[in-house]
Amino acid sequence: MTILAFTLILLLGAFTAGMLGSLTGLGGGVVIIPLLTLVFHVDIRYAIGTALIASIATSSGSASAYVKEGITNIRLGMFLEIATTTGAVIGALVAVFMPTNIVAIIFGCVLIFSAIMSFKPKVNNADQGDTSELARKLRLNGEYPTPAEKVSYTVHRVAGGYFMMMFAGIMSGLLGIGSGALKVLAMDNIMRIPFKVSTTTSNFMIGVTAAASAVVYLQRGYISPGLCLPVVLGVLAGAFGGSKLLVRANVTKLRLVFSVVITFLAVQMIYNGYTGKL
Amino acid sequence: MKHLFTKGYWADKDIQQLIGKQLRIGVITASVLVIIGGLIYLYRHGGELPSYREFTGVRAGLDSFSGIIQGVRGIHGMEIIQLGVVCLIATPIIRVALSAFAFLLERDYLYVFITLIVLGVICFSMLGELVG
Repeated sequence: MTILAFTLILLLGAFTAGMLGSLTGLGGGVVIIPLLTLVFHVDIRYAIGTALIASIATSSGSASAYVKEGITNIRLGMFLEIATTTGAVIGALVAVFMPTNIVAIIFGCVLIFSAIMSFKPKVNNADQGDTSELARKLRLNGEYPTPAEKVSYTVHRVAGGYFMMMFAGIMSGLLGIGSGALKVLAMDNIMRIPFKVSTTTSNFMIGVTAAASAVVYLQRGYISPGLCLPVVLGVLAGAFGGSKLLVRANVTKLRLVFSVVITFLAVQMIYNGYTGKL
Repeated sequence: MKHLFTKGYWADKDIQQLIGKQLRIGVITASVLVIIGGLIYLYRHGGELPSYREFTGVRAGLDSFSGIIQGVRGIHGMEIIQLGVVCLIATPIIRVALSAFAFLLERDYLYVFITLIVLGVICFSMLGELVG
């Protein structure tokens, strides 16, 4: 296969990944690594570098639409960014010493977890009273607009959420993914924020977290322009197309199909990691 | 110049719009650079064989900012793509910097401080010693 054919096929693959990622809310990055390693037999280190860049592209691309709506809790995002960026740098540093087959196994586990998480019913956590002293001091409590009125919410268990975010950051730096599922877990289940706020805030954070580790990976030679070319353009176009389709598509069915595909890819990643093929 | 730092000049809404615009400009600039570099790269090397099976790291010049700029001057496709990638990485970082400015206008010094810590961590990751 020549570089031209390789680029065009990968462009198509990345387009599909970006579209499915934005339709299901799982992000384009999660499929890029199995696509590159299992289908195109790319070394996992190049795949990680490429996926990081793909997460920044989708995060920044869709964030420009979200900021206008005023749902993103910038204070909360910025505070938790301290945790995710330190985590991301630690993850990127640990990655050098980590055997690639272990990375593949961890990746597979996170992938399965993300697929399961996408099925969890979204609870729009309502105001449960002001319980966190720290949240008040850091002015993390906020409100978001709905067509009817402004809904205010409070943030709980700040320290727990902070450490979960640090873990999400480490995974992001180690595996090259946005780890949106882990971020949403920290915000929805631990800090009890309405999912509308947590989804957009997590999207805001993904770009910054990925940028922190991308800087390390770029200097380490993991980020290859030949792979970024089709993946960045494909994922961006796919995510854009997906957001236009979102209104009409039957997302529940699609999410089921996508989760099955992701779980299948995850099992393959774990198997190949276990047998030392990756 | 003094009026530049008053809230009346930069209402909070304006700075949010500015951030939204900056994100779009960043993504568009990056995509245009990747497309231009990509066309040059495919025109020159499209017939060759890709080699990503063995990890060797990218070739010299693609892993540092000075190397990338040098290659862009010589109109090398790969370096132009890589410059687009650098633009993409810079987009969220610039957004954080703009947020620091937004918090400063709101006189929210706690969050100016928090935002500067985040920027500090990112700058720390740029240090060459971390690359290993």
